[in-house]
Amino acid sequence: MFRPIADLAAGGELSFTFDGRPMRARAGDTVAAALLVNGITACRETPVSDTPRAPYCLMGVCFDCLVVIDGIGNRQGCLVPLAEGMRIETQHGRRHLAEVAE
Amino acid sequence: MTPIASIEQLAESYDLVVVGAGPAGLSAAARAAELGLSVLLADENPAPGGQIYRAVTTTPVRNRAILGEDYWRGADIVARFERSQAAYAPRCTVWSIGPDEAAPGSFELGLSLDGKARIIGARQVILATGAQERPFPIPGWTLPGVMTAGAAQIALKSAGAIPSGRTVIAGCGPLLYLLASQLAAAGCQIAAVLDTTPSGNWSKALGAIPDFLRSPYLAKGLKLMLTARRKLRFVSGVTSLTATGSGKLATVQFEQGGRTGTIACDTLLLHQGVIPSVNFSNAAGCAHDFDVEQHAWVPRVDAWFASTVPGIAIAGDGAGIGGAESAALRGEIAAFGAASRLGKLSEAERDRQAAPIRTELDKKLRGRRFLDLLYKPAPQFLAPPRDETIICRCEEVTAGQVRDAARRLGVTGPNQMKAFLRCGMGPCQGRLCGPTVVELIAETRGSTPAETGYYRLRPPIKPVTLAELAALPQTEASVKAVVR
Repeated sequence: MFRPIADLAAGGELSFTFDGRPMRARAGDTVAAALLVNGITACRETPVSDTPRAPYCLMGVCFDCLVVIDGIGNRQGCLVPLAEGMRIETQHGRRHLAEVAE
Repeated sequence: MTPIASIEQLAESYDLVVVGAGPAGLSAAARAAELGLSVLLADENPAPGGQIYRAVTTTPVRNRAILGEDYWRGADIVARFERSQAAYAPRCTVWSIGPDEAAPGSFELGLSLDGKARIIGARQVILATGAQERPFPIPGWTLPGVMTAGAAQIALKSAGAIPSGRTVIAGCGPLLYLLASQLAAAGCQIAAVLDTTPSGNWSKALGAIPDFLRSPYLAKGLKLMLTARRKLRFVSGVTSLTATGSGKLATVQFEQGGRTGTIACDTLLLHQGVIPSVNFSNAAGCAHDFDVEQHAWVPRVDAWFASTVPGIAIAGDGAGIGGAESAALRGEIAAFGAASRLGKLSEAERDRQAAPIRTELDKKLRGRRFLDLLYKPAPQFLAPPRDETIICRCEEVTAGQVRDAARRLGVTGPNQMKAFLRCGMGPCQGRLCGPTVVELIAETRGSTPAETGYYRLRPPIKPVTLAELAALPQTEASVKAVVR
Protein backbone atom coordinates (compact mmCIF):
# COMPACT_ATOMS: atom_id res chain seq x y z
CA MET A 1 0.00 0.00 0.00
CA PHE A 2 2.84 2.38 0.84
CA ARG A 3 6.48 2.43 -0.20
CA PRO A 4 9.54 4.37 0.96
CA ILE A 5 10.46 7.42 -1.15
CA ALA A 6 13.66 7.33 -3.17
CA ASP A 7 15.69 9.83 -1.15
CA LEU A 8 15.41 8.49 2.37
CA ALA A 9 17.89 9.00 5.19
CA ALA A 10 19.54 5.75 6.22
CA GLY A 11 18.16 4.33 9.44
CA GLY A 12 18.23 1.14 11.44
CA GLU A 13 15.82 -1.66 10.73
CA LEU A 14 13.61 -3.43 13.23
CA SER A 15 12.14 -6.94 13.06
CA PHE A 16 8.58 -7.65 14.12
CA THR A 17 5.79 -10.07 13.32
CA PHE A 18 2.28 -9.44 12.04
CA ASP A 19 -0.07 -12.38 12.64
CA GLY A 20 3.05 -14.50 13.00
CA ARG A 21 4.65 -13.43 9.69
CA PRO A 22 8.14 -11.95 10.08
CA MET A 23 8.50 -8.37 8.79
CA ARG A 24 10.97 -5.53 8.91
CA ALA A 25 10.52 -1.77 9.02
CA ARG A 26 12.50 1.38 9.62
CA ALA A 27 13.39 2.29 13.21
CA GLY A 28 11.37 5.39 13.99
CA ASP A 29 8.20 4.25 12.21
CA THR A 30 4.97 3.86 14.13
CA VAL A 31 3.28 0.46 14.16
CA ALA A 32 0.66 1.68 11.65
CA ALA A 33 3.31 3.04 9.26
CA ALA A 34 5.30 -0.18 9.55
CA LEU A 35 2.22 -2.20 8.54
CA LEU A 36 1.47 0.09 5.59
CA VAL A 37 4.99 -0.17 4.14
CA ASN A 38 4.80 -3.95 4.52
CA GLY A 39 1.77 -4.00 2.25
CA ILE A 40 -0.72 -4.92 4.96
CA THR A 41 -4.12 -3.98 3.56
CA ALA A 42 -6.16 -4.48 6.74
CA CYS A 43 -5.23 -4.61 10.42
CA ARG A 44 -8.57 -4.96 12.18
CA GLU A 45 -12.07 -6.31 11.74
CA THR A 46 -14.98 -4.26 13.04
CA PRO A 47 -16.98 -5.39 16.09
CA VAL A 48 -20.33 -4.86 14.31
CA SER A 49 -19.89 -6.68 10.99
CA ASP A 50 -16.35 -8.14 11.00
CA THR A 51 -15.47 -5.91 8.05
CA PRO A 52 -11.76 -5.34 7.40
CA ARG A 53 -10.34 -1.89 8.17
CA ALA A 54 -6.98 -0.22 7.73
CA PRO A 55 -5.36 2.91 9.19
CA TYR A 56 -7.41 5.90 8.07
CA CYS A 57 -6.15 9.13 9.72
CA LEU A 58 -2.70 8.18 11.15
CA MET A 59 -3.07 10.87 13.83
CA GLY A 60 -4.95 9.23 16.66
CA VAL A 61 -8.45 10.37 15.68
CA CYS A 62 -10.12 7.48 13.84
CA PHE A 63 -9.13 4.35 15.82
CA ASP A 64 -9.22 2.28 12.63
CA CYS A 65 -5.60 1.21 13.18
CA LEU A 66 -6.47 -0.62 16.41
CA VAL A 67 -4.29 -3.75 16.70
CA VAL A 68 -3.18 -6.24 19.32
CA ILE A 69 0.42 -5.51 20.36
CA ASP A 70 2.26 -8.09 22.46
CA GLY A 71 -1.07 -9.52 23.58
CA ILE A 72 -2.69 -6.21 24.53
CA GLY A 73 -5.66 -5.23 22.37
CA ASN A 74 -7.13 -1.87 21.39
CA ARG A 75 -3.73 -0.26 20.85
CA GLN A 76 -3.70 2.68 18.44
CA GLY A 77 -1.03 1.59 15.96
CA CYS A 78 -0.45 5.13 14.71
CA LEU A 79 0.63 6.34 18.16
CA VAL A 80 2.91 3.45 19.16
CA PRO A 81 6.52 3.53 17.95
CA LEU A 82 7.60 0.18 16.49
CA ALA A 83 9.99 -1.73 18.79
CA GLU A 84 12.30 -4.64 18.05
CA GLY A 85 10.54 -8.00 18.26
CA MET A 86 7.02 -6.61 18.60
CA ARG A 87 4.27 -9.17 18.13
CA ILE A 88 1.48 -7.40 16.27
CA GLU A 89 -1.80 -9.10 15.48
CA THR A 90 -5.03 -8.29 13.68
CA GLN A 91 -7.72 -7.19 16.10
CA HIS A 92 -10.72 -9.38 15.35
CA GLY A 93 -14.06 -7.85 16.24
CA ARG A 94 -14.59 -7.06 19.88
CA ARG A 95 -11.92 -7.49 22.47
CA HIS A 96 -12.88 -10.52 24.54
CA LEU A 97 -12.33 -11.04 28.23
CA ALA A 98 -10.49 -14.30 27.53
CA GLU A 99 -7.71 -12.30 25.86
CA VAL A 100 -7.24 -10.24 28.99
CA ALA A 101 -6.97 -13.32 31.18
CA GLU A 102 -4.09 -14.70 29.12
CA MET B 1 13.74 21.09 28.16
CA THR B 2 13.56 18.10 30.50
CA PRO B 3 12.46 14.91 28.75
CA ILE B 4 10.02 12.68 30.65
CA ALA B 5 10.54 9.02 29.74
CA SER B 6 8.35 7.33 32.34
CA ILE B 7 5.22 8.28 34.22
CA GLU B 8 7.06 8.22 37.56
CA GLN B 9 9.26 11.13 36.44
CA LEU B 10 6.31 13.52 36.39
CA ALA B 11 6.08 16.03 39.23
CA GLU B 12 3.06 15.94 41.56
CA SER B 13 1.88 19.22 40.08
CA TYR B 14 2.83 22.02 37.70
CA ASP B 15 1.94 25.69 37.38
CA LEU B 16 0.88 24.96 33.82
CA VAL B 17 0.16 21.81 31.87
CA VAL B 18 0.02 22.21 28.08
CA VAL B 19 -1.64 19.44 26.08
CA GLY B 20 -0.35 18.95 22.54
CA ALA B 21 3.11 19.58 21.03
CA GLY B 22 2.14 21.31 17.81
CA PRO B 23 3.13 24.93 17.10
CA ALA B 24 0.64 26.32 19.64
CA GLY B 25 1.59 23.96 22.46
CA LEU B 26 5.35 24.24 21.86
CA SER B 27 5.20 28.05 21.80
CA ALA B 28 2.90 28.25 24.82
CA ALA B 29 5.13 25.93 26.86
CA ALA B 30 8.33 27.69 25.82
CA ARG B 31 6.98 31.17 26.57
CA ALA B 32 5.47 30.12 29.90
CA ALA B 33 8.74 28.50 30.98
CA GLU B 34 10.63 31.64 29.93
CA LEU B 35 8.27 33.62 32.18
CA GLY B 36 9.26 31.42 35.14
CA LEU B 37 6.35 28.98 35.33
CA SER B 38 6.87 25.27 36.01
CA VAL B 39 5.53 23.72 32.82
CA LEU B 40 4.70 20.25 31.56
CA LEU B 41 4.02 19.71 27.85
CA ALA B 42 2.32 16.35 27.28
CA ASP B 43 1.79 14.96 23.78
CA GLU B 44 0.69 11.56 22.56
CA ASN B 45 3.04 11.49 19.58
CA PRO B 46 6.60 10.19 19.70
CA ALA B 47 8.18 13.50 18.55
CA PRO B 48 7.29 17.21 18.73
CA GLY B 49 5.72 19.18 15.87
CA GLY B 50 2.02 18.34 15.87
CA GLN B 51 0.63 17.47 12.45
CA ILE B 52 1.83 20.39 10.30
CA TYR B 53 5.40 20.18 11.63
CA ARG B 54 5.06 16.46 12.14
CA ALA B 55 8.40 14.76 12.86
CA VAL B 56 10.30 17.92 11.89
CA THR B 57 13.25 16.85 14.07
CA THR B 58 13.14 13.17 13.14
CA THR B 59 11.86 12.93 9.55
CA PRO B 60 13.84 10.61 7.27
CA VAL B 61 12.95 12.83 4.26
CA ARG B 62 16.26 14.32 3.13
CA ASN B 63 15.29 16.32 0.05
CA ARG B 64 14.00 19.51 1.68
CA ALA B 65 12.15 20.57 -1.47
CA ILE B 66 9.63 17.71 -1.09
CA LEU B 67 8.01 19.09 2.07
CA GLY B 68 8.69 22.76 1.25
CA GLU B 69 10.24 25.61 3.24
CA ASP B 70 7.12 26.25 5.35
CA TYR B 71 7.50 22.81 6.91
CA TRP B 72 11.11 23.30 7.96
CA ARG B 73 10.18 26.51 9.77
CA GLY B 74 8.81 24.23 12.49
CA ALA B 75 12.37 23.33 13.49
CA ASP B 76 12.88 26.83 14.98
CA ILE B 77 9.75 26.45 17.12
CA VAL B 78 10.93 23.08 18.41
CA ALA B 79 14.46 24.42 19.01
CA ARG B 80 13.16 27.30 21.12
CA PHE B 81 11.08 24.87 23.18
CA GLU B 82 14.10 22.60 23.65
CA ARG B 83 16.09 25.54 25.04
CA SER B 84 13.37 26.21 27.64
CA GLN B 85 13.05 24.78 31.14
CA ALA B 86 9.74 23.03 30.38
CA ALA B 87 9.26 19.29 30.95
CA TYR B 88 8.25 17.32 27.86
CA ALA B 89 6.38 14.02 27.95
CA PRO B 90 6.04 12.48 24.48
CA ARG B 91 3.88 9.34 23.92
CA CYS B 92 1.85 10.56 26.88
CA THR B 93 -1.93 10.73 26.59
CA VAL B 94 -3.90 13.15 28.72
CA TRP B 95 -7.31 11.52 29.11
CA SER B 96 -9.13 13.47 31.79
CA ILE B 97 -9.41 16.83 33.41
CA GLY B 98 -11.41 17.85 36.43
CA PRO B 99 -11.37 20.27 39.34
CA ASP B 100 -8.98 19.45 42.19
CA GLU B 101 -11.26 19.37 45.20
CA ALA B 102 -8.35 19.69 47.62
CA ALA B 103 -7.08 22.85 45.90
CA PRO B 104 -9.98 24.96 44.61
CA GLY B 105 -9.23 26.67 41.32
CA SER B 106 -6.70 23.99 40.34
CA PHE B 107 -7.12 20.89 38.20
CA GLU B 108 -6.45 17.18 38.33
CA LEU B 109 -5.34 15.64 35.05
CA GLY B 110 -5.29 11.93 34.19
CA LEU B 111 -2.26 10.91 32.08
CA SER B 112 -1.02 7.61 30.68
CA LEU B 113 2.43 6.68 29.41
CA ASP B 114 3.61 3.17 28.52
CA GLY B 115 0.47 1.57 29.94
CA LYS B 116 0.74 3.30 33.31
CA ALA B 117 -1.55 6.06 34.55
CA ARG B 118 -1.02 8.96 36.96
CA ILE B 119 -3.13 11.81 38.26
CA ILE B 120 -1.21 15.08 38.51
CA GLY B 121 -2.14 18.64 39.47
CA ALA B 122 -2.13 21.82 37.39
CA ARG B 123 -2.93 25.39 38.39
CA GLN B 124 -3.51 26.40 34.76
CA VAL B 125 -4.10 24.33 31.64
CA ILE B 126 -3.64 25.22 27.98
CA LEU B 127 -5.27 22.84 25.53
CA ALA B 128 -3.38 22.91 22.23
CA THR B 129 -5.04 19.87 20.76
CA GLY B 130 -5.21 21.34 17.27
CA ALA B 131 -7.37 20.31 14.39
CA GLN B 132 -8.55 17.19 12.64
CA GLU B 133 -9.73 16.72 9.10
CA ARG B 134 -13.42 17.30 8.65
CA PRO B 135 -15.25 13.98 8.27
CA PHE B 136 -15.97 13.27 4.61
CA PRO B 137 -18.38 10.33 4.51
CA ILE B 138 -18.95 8.86 1.05
CA PRO B 139 -20.11 5.35 0.17
CA GLY B 140 -17.07 3.08 0.54
CA TRP B 141 -14.93 5.41 2.68
CA THR B 142 -14.37 2.61 5.21
CA LEU B 143 -12.62 0.40 2.63
CA PRO B 144 -8.93 -0.26 3.26
CA GLY B 145 -7.08 1.93 0.74
CA VAL B 146 -9.22 4.99 1.52
CA MET B 147 -7.48 7.40 3.88
CA THR B 148 -7.47 11.06 4.72
CA ALA B 149 -5.13 13.29 2.73
CA GLY B 150 -3.56 14.26 6.04
CA ALA B 151 -2.74 10.61 6.71
CA ALA B 152 -0.66 10.44 3.55
CA GLN B 153 1.11 13.63 4.56
CA ILE B 154 1.86 12.20 8.00
CA ALA B 155 3.23 8.99 6.45
CA LEU B 156 5.45 11.09 4.19
CA LYS B 157 6.75 13.35 6.96
CA SER B 158 7.24 10.79 9.70
CA ALA B 159 8.09 7.60 7.79
CA GLY B 160 9.19 8.89 4.37
CA ALA B 161 6.49 6.68 2.84
CA ILE B 162 4.05 7.41 0.00
CA PRO B 163 1.12 5.47 -1.48
CA SER B 164 2.66 2.84 -3.75
CA GLY B 165 0.12 2.54 -6.57
CA ARG B 166 -2.32 4.73 -8.45
CA THR B 167 -3.53 7.45 -6.12
CA VAL B 168 -6.55 9.73 -6.36
CA ILE B 169 -6.93 12.81 -4.18
CA ALA B 170 -10.46 14.14 -3.68
CA GLY B 171 -12.06 17.03 -1.83
CA CYS B 172 -11.41 20.71 -1.35
CA GLY B 173 -9.32 23.19 0.58
CA PRO B 174 -5.87 24.75 0.42
CA LEU B 175 -4.27 21.69 2.01
CA LEU B 176 -5.43 19.60 -0.94
CA TYR B 177 -3.10 21.51 -3.29
CA LEU B 178 -0.24 21.40 -0.81
CA LEU B 179 -0.59 17.67 -0.36
CA ALA B 180 -0.89 16.98 -4.08
CA SER B 181 2.32 18.97 -4.67
CA GLN B 182 4.21 17.24 -1.86
CA LEU B 183 3.15 13.75 -2.92
CA ALA B 184 3.95 14.46 -6.58
CA ALA B 185 7.38 15.83 -5.59
CA ALA B 186 8.00 12.66 -3.56
CA GLY B 187 7.33 10.47 -6.60
CA CYS B 188 3.76 9.37 -5.96
CA GLN B 189 1.72 8.37 -9.01
CA ILE B 190 -1.28 10.70 -8.81
CA ALA B 191 -3.97 9.54 -11.23
CA ALA B 192 -6.24 12.53 -10.64
CA VAL B 193 -7.23 15.30 -8.25
CA LEU B 194 -11.02 15.46 -7.93
CA ASP B 195 -11.89 18.97 -6.77
CA THR B 196 -15.24 19.27 -4.98
CA THR B 197 -15.06 23.05 -4.36
CA PRO B 198 -18.60 24.30 -5.15
CA SER B 199 -18.37 26.91 -7.95
CA GLY B 200 -21.00 29.03 -6.15
CA ASN B 201 -18.52 29.61 -3.31
CA TRP B 202 -16.57 32.07 -5.42
CA SER B 203 -19.35 34.66 -5.34
CA LYS B 204 -19.79 34.20 -1.57
CA ALA B 205 -16.08 34.71 -1.02
CA LEU B 206 -15.77 37.81 -3.23
CA GLY B 207 -16.41 40.24 -0.36
CA ALA B 208 -13.41 38.83 1.51
CA ILE B 209 -11.02 39.29 -1.41
CA PRO B 210 -9.55 42.70 -0.38
CA ASP B 211 -8.09 41.25 2.85
CA PHE B 212 -6.96 38.14 1.03
CA LEU B 213 -5.05 40.23 -1.50
CA ARG B 214 -2.98 41.67 1.33
CA SER B 215 -2.52 38.30 3.06
CA PRO B 216 0.45 35.97 3.20
CA TYR B 217 -1.76 33.22 1.81
CA LEU B 218 -2.10 34.80 -1.61
CA ALA B 219 1.30 34.32 -3.19
CA LYS B 220 1.87 31.01 -1.48
CA GLY B 221 -1.57 29.64 -2.31
CA LEU B 222 -1.62 30.77 -5.92
CA LYS B 223 1.76 29.26 -6.60
CA LEU B 224 0.75 25.94 -5.06
CA MET B 225 -2.53 25.85 -6.93
CA LEU B 226 -1.04 26.72 -10.29
CA THR B 227 1.84 24.27 -9.96
CA ALA B 228 -0.49 21.47 -8.94
CA ARG B 229 -2.97 22.25 -11.70
CA ARG B 230 -0.27 22.41 -14.36
CA LYS B 231 1.37 19.13 -13.44
CA LEU B 232 -1.58 16.96 -12.44
CA ARG B 233 -4.89 15.87 -13.89
CA PHE B 234 -7.47 18.11 -12.22
CA VAL B 235 -11.21 17.50 -12.39
CA SER B 236 -13.13 20.53 -11.10
CA GLY B 237 -16.76 20.75 -10.06
CA VAL B 238 -17.04 17.19 -8.72
CA THR B 239 -20.44 16.80 -7.04
CA SER B 240 -20.49 13.14 -5.97
CA LEU B 241 -17.95 10.50 -4.99
CA THR B 242 -18.17 6.75 -4.34
CA ALA B 243 -15.38 4.36 -3.43
CA THR B 244 -15.89 0.76 -4.51
CA GLY B 245 -14.06 -2.49 -3.99
CA SER B 246 -14.40 -5.85 -2.33
CA GLY B 247 -12.42 -5.96 0.91
CA LYS B 248 -10.22 -3.15 -0.39
CA LEU B 249 -10.45 -0.11 -2.64
CA ALA B 250 -10.54 -0.77 -6.40
CA THR B 251 -12.12 2.29 -8.04
CA VAL B 252 -13.45 5.73 -7.32
CA GLN B 253 -16.54 6.90 -9.16
CA PHE B 254 -17.40 10.57 -9.51
CA GLU B 255 -20.00 12.85 -11.01
CA GLN B 256 -19.15 16.13 -12.70
CA GLY B 257 -21.62 18.33 -14.57
CA GLY B 258 -24.12 15.50 -14.98
CA ARG B 259 -21.64 12.95 -16.34
CA THR B 260 -19.98 10.14 -14.43
CA GLY B 261 -16.42 8.92 -14.44
CA THR B 262 -14.57 5.95 -12.95
CA ILE B 263 -10.89 5.78 -12.05
CA ALA B 264 -9.15 2.57 -11.03
CA CYS B 265 -6.89 3.26 -8.07
CA ASP B 266 -5.12 1.69 -5.09
CA THR B 267 -5.37 4.66 -2.73
CA LEU B 268 -8.01 7.33 -2.37
CA LEU B 269 -7.11 10.31 -0.21
CA LEU B 270 -10.05 12.36 1.10
CA HIS B 271 -9.89 15.91 2.38
CA GLN B 272 -12.64 18.40 3.14
CA GLY B 273 -10.72 20.98 5.16
CA VAL B 274 -9.93 20.90 8.86
CA ILE B 275 -12.01 21.63 11.96
CA PRO B 276 -10.99 22.19 15.58
CA SER B 277 -10.59 19.03 17.68
CA VAL B 278 -13.13 19.73 20.39
CA ASN B 279 -13.26 16.47 22.32
CA PHE B 280 -11.04 17.65 25.17
CA SER B 281 -12.43 21.16 25.50
CA ASN B 282 -15.98 19.78 25.30
CA ALA B 283 -15.29 17.14 27.98
CA ALA B 284 -13.70 19.84 30.16
CA GLY B 285 -17.03 21.69 30.12
CA CYS B 286 -15.90 24.67 28.00
CA ALA B 287 -18.71 26.43 26.10
CA HIS B 288 -18.64 26.07 22.30
CA ASP B 289 -20.34 28.03 19.54
CA PHE B 290 -21.04 27.07 15.97
CA ASP B 291 -18.90 29.25 13.71
CA VAL B 292 -20.95 29.67 10.55
CA GLU B 293 -18.05 30.78 8.32
CA GLN B 294 -15.72 27.96 9.35
CA HIS B 295 -18.78 25.74 9.57
CA ALA B 296 -17.52 24.06 12.73
CA TRP B 297 -17.87 24.02 16.50
CA VAL B 298 -15.37 26.33 18.12
CA PRO B 299 -14.72 26.84 21.85
CA ARG B 300 -15.67 30.28 23.17
CA VAL B 301 -12.47 32.10 24.17
CA ASP B 302 -11.48 35.62 25.20
CA ALA B 303 -8.59 37.78 23.98
CA TRP B 304 -6.12 35.61 25.96
CA PHE B 305 -7.66 32.40 24.62
CA ALA B 306 -9.13 31.67 28.06
CA SER B 307 -12.20 29.41 27.78
CA THR B 308 -15.39 29.74 29.79
CA VAL B 309 -13.88 27.40 32.42
CA PRO B 310 -11.59 29.54 34.59
CA GLY B 311 -8.00 28.26 34.36
CA ILE B 312 -8.38 26.47 31.02
CA ALA B 313 -7.20 28.21 27.86
CA ILE B 314 -7.33 26.89 24.32
CA ALA B 315 -4.66 27.91 21.83
CA GLY B 316 -3.97 27.19 18.19
CA ASP B 317 -6.32 25.59 15.68
CA GLY B 318 -8.26 24.00 18.54
CA ALA B 319 -9.69 27.50 19.16
CA GLY B 320 -10.62 28.05 15.50
CA ILE B 321 -8.71 27.28 12.31
CA GLY B 322 -5.96 29.79 11.55
CA GLY B 323 -3.02 27.67 10.36
CA ALA B 324 0.33 26.72 11.87
CA GLU B 325 1.94 30.17 11.94
CA SER B 326 -1.00 31.77 13.69
CA ALA B 327 -1.16 28.79 16.08
CA ALA B 328 2.36 29.49 17.36
CA LEU B 329 1.45 33.13 18.04
CA ARG B 330 -1.79 32.18 19.74
CA GLY B 331 0.15 29.79 21.96
CA GLU B 332 2.36 32.66 23.11
CA ILE B 333 -0.59 34.89 23.87
CA ALA B 334 -2.27 32.10 25.84
CA ALA B 335 0.95 31.68 27.85
CA PHE B 336 0.99 35.40 28.73
CA GLY B 337 -2.60 35.02 29.89
CA ALA B 338 -1.80 32.01 32.08
CA ALA B 339 1.28 33.69 33.58
CA SER B 340 -0.73 36.76 34.42
CA ARG B 341 -3.51 34.73 36.08
CA LEU B 342 -0.84 33.02 38.18
CA GLY B 343 0.49 36.41 39.29
CA LYS B 344 3.84 35.98 37.53
CA LEU B 345 3.20 38.97 35.31
CA SER B 346 1.24 42.18 35.87
CA GLU B 347 -1.59 42.86 33.47
CA ALA B 348 0.22 45.92 32.15
CA GLU B 349 3.36 43.90 31.50
CA ARG B 350 1.32 41.10 29.91
CA ASP B 351 -0.34 43.58 27.54
CA ARG B 352 2.95 45.26 26.67
CA GLN B 353 4.79 42.04 25.86
CA ALA B 354 1.90 40.52 23.93
CA ALA B 355 1.23 43.61 21.79
CA PRO B 356 3.75 42.91 18.99
CA ILE B 357 2.61 39.27 18.88
CA ARG B 358 -0.99 40.38 18.43
CA THR B 359 0.03 42.64 15.54
CA GLU B 360 1.78 39.70 13.90
CA LEU B 361 -1.24 37.45 14.53
CA ASP B 362 -3.62 39.92 12.87
CA LYS B 363 -1.36 39.89 9.83
CA LYS B 364 -1.27 36.09 9.71
CA LEU B 365 -5.04 35.76 10.03
CA ARG B 366 -5.74 38.33 7.32
CA GLY B 367 -7.25 36.54 4.36
CA ARG B 368 -8.37 33.52 6.36
CA ARG B 369 -12.04 34.41 5.88
CA PHE B 370 -11.67 34.21 2.12
CA LEU B 371 -10.34 30.66 2.41
CA ASP B 372 -13.12 29.68 4.84
CA LEU B 373 -15.80 30.95 2.47
CA LEU B 374 -14.23 29.64 -0.73
CA TYR B 375 -13.58 26.16 0.60
CA LYS B 376 -16.78 25.62 2.56
CA PRO B 377 -17.77 22.04 1.66
CA ALA B 378 -20.83 21.44 -0.50
CA PRO B 379 -23.95 20.36 1.44
CA GLN B 380 -23.92 16.83 -0.01
CA PHE B 381 -20.47 16.21 1.47
CA LEU B 382 -21.53 17.52 4.90
CA ALA B 383 -24.78 15.50 4.99
CA PRO B 384 -24.38 12.45 2.74
CA PRO B 385 -27.52 12.09 0.56
CA ARG B 386 -27.27 8.33 0.03
CA ASP B 387 -28.84 6.35 2.86
CA GLU B 388 -26.32 3.49 2.78
CA THR B 389 -23.34 5.77 3.51
CA ILE B 390 -21.74 4.83 6.83
CA ILE B 391 -21.34 7.95 8.92
CA CYS B 392 -20.18 6.46 12.25
CA ARG B 393 -17.19 4.36 11.29
CA CYS B 394 -16.92 2.75 14.73
CA GLU B 395 -20.49 1.55 15.18
CA GLU B 396 -21.26 1.36 11.44
CA VAL B 397 -24.31 3.61 11.65
CA THR B 398 -25.58 4.88 8.28
CA ALA B 399 -26.90 8.24 7.12
CA GLY B 400 -30.26 6.56 6.44
CA GLN B 401 -30.54 5.32 10.04
CA VAL B 402 -29.85 8.79 11.43
CA ARG B 403 -32.35 10.43 9.07
CA ASP B 404 -34.94 7.80 9.89
CA ALA B 405 -34.50 8.26 13.65
CA ALA B 406 -34.70 12.04 13.28
CA ARG B 407 -37.81 11.82 11.14
CA ARG B 408 -39.84 8.96 12.59
CA LEU B 409 -38.74 9.02 16.21
CA GLY B 410 -38.38 12.78 16.37
CA VAL B 411 -34.82 12.64 17.71
CA THR B 412 -33.85 16.27 18.15
CA GLY B 413 -30.17 16.18 19.07
CA PRO B 414 -26.97 14.17 18.78
CA ASN B 415 -26.99 12.95 22.40
CA GLN B 416 -30.41 11.40 22.02
CA MET B 417 -29.32 9.94 18.67
CA LYS B 418 -26.39 8.33 20.47
CA ALA B 419 -28.78 6.57 22.82
CA PHE B 420 -30.89 5.22 19.94
CA LEU B 421 -28.21 4.24 17.43
CA ARG B 422 -24.91 4.08 19.36
CA CYS B 423 -23.37 6.58 16.90
CA GLY B 424 -20.47 8.28 18.68
CA MET B 425 -20.16 5.48 21.23
CA GLY B 426 -17.28 3.62 19.59
CA PRO B 427 -13.60 4.09 20.40
CA CYS B 428 -13.26 7.36 18.43
CA GLN B 429 -15.92 8.88 20.70
CA GLY B 430 -17.70 10.84 18.02
CA ARG B 431 -14.60 12.42 16.50
CA LEU B 432 -15.53 11.12 13.04
CA CYS B 433 -19.34 11.10 13.17
CA GLY B 434 -20.15 14.09 15.40
CA PRO B 435 -20.20 16.80 12.73
CA THR B 436 -22.11 14.56 10.28
CA VAL B 437 -24.74 13.47 12.83
CA VAL B 438 -25.38 17.15 13.57
CA GLU B 439 -25.73 17.96 9.84
CA LEU B 440 -28.11 15.08 9.21
CA ILE B 441 -30.36 15.95 12.16
CA ALA B 442 -30.37 19.63 11.20
CA GLU B 443 -31.17 18.81 7.58
CA THR B 444 -33.98 16.39 8.45
CA ARG B 445 -35.59 18.70 10.98
CA GLY B 446 -35.10 21.87 8.97
CA SER B 447 -32.94 23.47 11.67
CA THR B 448 -29.31 24.61 11.83
CA PRO B 449 -26.24 22.92 13.32
CA ALA B 450 -26.14 25.67 15.98
CA GLU B 451 -29.70 24.81 17.06
CA THR B 452 -29.01 21.08 16.92
CA GLY B 453 -26.04 21.20 19.28
CA TYR B 454 -23.18 18.73 19.61
CA TYR B 455 -22.33 15.60 21.61
CA ARG B 456 -21.80 16.14 25.31
CA LEU B 457 -18.47 14.40 25.83
CA ARG B 458 -16.99 13.18 29.08
CA PRO B 459 -13.61 12.06 30.34
CA PRO B 460 -11.83 9.79 29.72
CA ILE B 461 -11.47 11.31 26.27
CA LYS B 462 -9.11 8.51 25.21
CA PRO B 463 -9.48 4.85 26.18
CA VAL B 464 -7.79 3.88 29.45
CA THR B 465 -7.60 0.26 30.56
CA LEU B 466 -9.19 -0.88 33.81
CA ALA B 467 -5.74 -2.11 34.86
CA GLU B 468 -4.37 1.44 34.52
CA LEU B 469 -7.24 2.88 36.55
CA ALA B 470 -7.00 0.14 39.18
CA ALA B 471 -3.27 0.79 39.62
CA LEU B 472 -3.73 4.52 40.29
CA PRO B 473 -2.64 5.54 43.77
CA GLN B 474 -5.76 5.99 45.89
CA THR B 475 -6.26 8.40 48.77
CA GLU B 476 -8.09 7.22 51.87
CA ALA B 477 -10.97 9.58 51.02
CA SER B 478 -11.38 8.17 47.52
CA VAL B 479 -11.39 4.59 48.83
CA LYS B 480 -14.03 5.48 51.45
CA ALA B 481 -16.11 7.18 48.78
CA VAL B 482 -16.79 3.83 47.10
CA VAL B 483 -16.45 1.31 49.98
CA ARG B 484 -19.54 1.40 52.12
